[in-house]
Amino acid sequence: MDLRLPDAVPTDAERSAVDAILGRPESAWDGGGRGRARDTHMAEFGGRASRARRHLLLPALQGLQARIGWISEGGLGYICARLDVPPAEAWGVATFYAMLATSPRPPRVLHVCDDIACRVHGATELCAALEHASGPPFSHAPAAGHITLDPDRAAWLHAPCLGMCDRAPAALLIEAGATPMERSIGGLTAVRAIELLSGADPGPDAAAQPPFSQRGQTHESGFALLARVGVVDPESLDAYRQAGGYAALARALEMGPESVIAEVNESRLVGRGGAAFPTARKWETVRRQPAQPHYLVCNADESEPGTFKDRVLLTEDPFAIVEAMTIAALATGCEKGFLYLRAEYPLAFNRMQRAAHAARDAGLLGERILGSGLQFDIEIRRGAGAYICGEETAIFESIEGKRGEPRNKPPFPVTHGLFGKPTIVNNVETLANVLSIVLRGGAAFARTGTAQSTGTRLFCLSGHVGAPGIYEVPMGTTLGALLDLAGGVRAGGRLTALLLGGAAGAFVRPDELGLKLTHEDTRAAGVTLGSGVVMAFDQTADLRDIVLRIAAFFRDESCGQCVPCRVGTVRQEEALHRIASGRTRGGLVAELALLDEVGAVMKDGSICGLGQTAYAAVESAVHRLGLYGPPAQAAL
Amino acid sequence: MEETDVVFLWGSNAREAHPIWFHHVLKGIRNGARLYVVDPRRTTSAQWADVWLGLNPGSDIALSNTMAREIIHAGLQDLEFIGNGTSGYDGYVESVEPYLLEVGAQLTGIPADVIRDAAHTFARADRAMICWTLGITEHHDAVDNVLALINLCLLTGHVGRWGCGANPLRGQNNVQGGGDMGAIPNKLPGFQDIELDAAARERFEQLWGVKIQPKYGYNLTEMLKAMGRGELTSLYVIGENPAQSDADTHHVEQALQGLDHLVVQEIVMTRTAELAHVVLPAAATWCEGDGTVTNSERRVQLCRKATDPPEGARDELWIMSEIARRMGHDWGNPCAEDVWNEFRVLAPDFAGGMSYRRLDELGGIQWPCPDESHPGTPFLHARLWERPPARGRPAPFSVVHHEGPVETPNDEFPFVLTTGRRLESYNTGVQTASYDSPLRRGETLDLSPEDAERLGVENGDILRVTSRRGSVLVPAHLDPSLRAGLVFMTLHFPDDVATNLLTIDASDPKSGTSEFKACAVRVELSTTSFATR
Repeated sequence: MDLRLPDAVPTDAERSAVDAILGRPESAWDGGGRGRARDTHMAEFGGRASRARRHLLLPALQGLQARIGWISEGGLGYICARLDVPPAEAWGVATFYAMLATSPRPPRVLHVCDDIACRVHGATELCAALEHASGPPFSHAPAAGHITLDPDRAAWLHAPCLGMCDRAPAALLIEAGATPMERSIGGLTAVRAIELLSGADPGPDAAAQPPFSQRGQTHESGFALLARVGVVDPESLDAYRQAGGYAALARALEMGPESVIAEVNESRLVGRGGAAFPTARKWETVRRQPAQPHYLVCNADESEPGTFKDRVLLTEDPFAIVEAMTIAALATGCEKGFLYLRAEYPLAFNRMQRAAHAARDAGLLGERILGSGLQFDIEIRRGAGAYICGEETAIFESIEGKRGEPRNKPPFPVTHGLFGKPTIVNNVETLANVLSIVLRGGAAFARTGTAQSTGTRLFCLSGHVGAPGIYEVPMGTTLGALLDLAGGVRAGGRLTALLLGGAAGAFVRPDELGLKLTHEDTRAAGVTLGSGVVMAFDQTADLRDIVLRIAAFFRDESCGQCVPCRVGTVRQEEALHRIASGRTRGGLVAELALLDEVGAVMKDGSICGLGQTAYAAVESAVHRLGLYGPPAQAAL
Repeated sequence: MEETDVVFLWGSNAREAHPIWFHHVLKGIRNGARLYVVDPRRTTSAQWADVWLGLNPGSDIALSNTMAREIIHAGLQDLEFIGNGTSGYDGYVESVEPYLLEVGAQLTGIPADVIRDAAHTFARADRAMICWTLGITEHHDAVDNVLALINLCLLTGHVGRWGCGANPLRGQNNVQGGGDMGAIPNKLPGFQDIELDAAARERFEQLWGVKIQPKYGYNLTEMLKAMGRGELTSLYVIGENPAQSDADTHHVEQALQGLDHLVVQEIVMTRTAELAHVVLPAAATWCEGDGTVTNSERRVQLCRKATDPPEGARDELWIMSEIARRMGHDWGNPCAEDVWNEFRVLAPDFAGGMSYRRLDELGGIQWPCPDESHPGTPFLHARLWERPPARGRPAPFSVVHHEGPVETPNDEFPFVLTTGRRLESYNTGVQTASYDSPLRRGETLDLSPEDAERLGVENGDILRVTSRRGSVLVPAHLDPSLRAGLVFMTLHFPDDVATNLLTIDASDPKSGTSEFKACAVRVELSTTSFATR
């Protein structure tokens, strides 16, 4: 198309960072130099071939970010020239994602988590100490801060949940350069943070060692998602196969797509990402769509605060995800799958890439998989710091290289998903369950759990528990039993509240430990299993501060597309701030009524689940915990 | 347009010159159509294309004949259609035989493989169309250019079907309507031939009560020549600005100044009006009067009066009726609908069914529409597909050959100057100059970065551009869509830079159009500053 590109000229380093992602330009017309004889009388750039590469916009921006450390006007213009994208549109994408910087930033950046789980483990104090010692977090207008830091070398930033709640307080260290470095940091202290900012070697990735609690967990039922975790080398395809890997795919190829879906249907497996939609129904619908091609998207954008179960599966059992995706592709007629992984999981990215590569080399991805007619391959795409991209349509937008703004539904992804084609979107844990369903049968799977909630479930225990980590229990286990499994409340602690399901979930009281963890029981109790978050708080936790953090999270992560959410999340946070400061408008009762009203508008009027659940945790804090007043006033 | 598979935009920068129509192209693209743009410059339209074919100016016939030969040799022609609906095929085949891919590549500059791909894509498409504008018609061999494109459509059967066809895009909302109503020298209203169609003449004579001379009139180019010879001494100009819009301005102005009597009917004071003996201030009929317009797809649409004309400006029908009355013919006081209804009677096959009531109800009707039960005609020439072959003569192939522009570059005039339009301005600026646009940057000579470097020219430097006819001063503008040797100007700012002092007055004897699209010029850095020229 006809573009008006910025005058700014990209540096050679920026060009090569972009070319590393997009390949070298082919002519004068796609960003290359003039002088090629053919270019004077012909061009093949700007039409459908160029549009077919539009989805590479986000990877190209990420390439610049990773190597240069920020996205300059010249760099952005070069990407636009290469991909035939209007600069305004590219700017819209670059500014949408929190981990892309559009103003100069030092190469080394420490993203310090100050979200709920890290907060109850001292993140607030840690950040204060860090600020005292090294100046305020980086902002676009470098202030007088960074007293002890070389502002050209390093900076730190507040970050929302990094999915390292079992290692709280956590951080993510990123260093831009020719060989970019990314490392998850656990058990962070202010001293260690300052060392890291001063250039210290971060050592091995904190996600590399699974916590003892989840190693090789098995069940009498035989259904164990964690069976290989911490036991089988996640970087070895041979080890995976020796541990029973790829038996399920071989079996699925014998069974054929219809039988695979029939077994999944019989298992009554529902999605583990939070929405609990029957998996077989999705698969069957996509399978029957005449439009081609079909796409498979594995949603590994695990960003719900307090959630880290998928991180453990992706990091510790990556081949299982590759295999499960291949089976899903077989069942639904997909030849191309995308694994969309949140940016904050560098180790999981490395392991998944390695696994996909090894599988490809071994003929387990690509054409004629295991000698059959099955053709399927996986492309791993990384997020760039946007919670909303875990939403099932925002993830398509992001893979298509756009701002992660959810789409209106209908049409639903099963008919009009990625690139407008029929698409399966499944959560990592959902797919992981498919392996044992294929191997042992759907009926056997359904015997674990309850009639309506079958199988086992991964729960992410964090906060003030004795042993934070991932725990796999059959559906129907009580909240109390699960908490006991994780060592109960930490020594000296007295349980004051639990957060179920993450920021989009709800608080429950200490007297509700008898709650059975099933979809039907939680629904009846007015709460949700969500993404399996169980965060415990003892008497030391400032629950009102945590509620404020949740409100700030939603305000920050709202994509801003629809008014109820964009405005509502701001109004909600403002009201909570007024309550916290004691400067209410019209008194506490009026503020609580306002919260209810704003919450109802968000729930009823928002396009996607983010806005619809942005009031859920706050609401439960008001009404279930009575955090802001006596129960009589807080009656639902 | 929106439901076709392949679009050839040939000699058209519709993105800028037909921006509204280009939206329909974009819809077609969105629906999966492939776009090929044929233009010496990689225009903004070409930047949307799957393939840009950057031919040398004036080599259109070479390109189309080469494509035709390739189609024939690859066996991709539609022999069934050719047999049923066309004539002259064998002669055509013979005529294109010399146009080997290599020959075409040599003449057009386009690589042979790209021509081959274009030919195959066009021929293999289920539905394909060629749309053209002035890049085809502003040449001294304009009619041959058009015939060459029609040949391609006939060869492949891309005519007379939905989503197919050979489509000239009209430059104004009512260019087509002007032709419909007889504002062409050889036709009565409704495209009835003034020499050949005696029955039509008789209909007009009976109703009008005057004798119609069976004699073709002059087109504009011929009029100018007749003025030069002193044969044409009076001229009545309605809504046209030949003093600035025509090639070789010096010559045109002299001709106008030599007239005994020049009447200009206008809505603004144009350069031509300044030369007139009498200026008749007219209402702007599109909003200050009633009437119809016909767009590029032959859709006749009602235009309604929305506001009164300013003090002193008169409705154009009133002006003409009043002139007639004072010349001794009382036409009464007809309104636009009266005139239209008379037209329907005089051209019944063409417009009989298009009453104002139906035009209003249906939001416009595509002609021909012979009676009030007829829905209008979405596309023409469907009869060519009818079996047995339907009434009328088969569509003839035409033998045309590459000639190239009249002027070719030489040592003295080493550049080819081609002219065109920009998005924010229209022709000589009569309709657009009074509006501000952030895009408007005044007249420039656009040249390739390579030529700029060779001449030591930077953006904004004042250049002297000289052709065999004249010389102008104009600021330079580096344009990467141009290749070395090719320069570009518009005609939007004739008061600042009279581009048409440079252009050649060579014209097509068949259509009268001038060769605005190619002349040879010399470009030098000027020592004169632009302000004090």
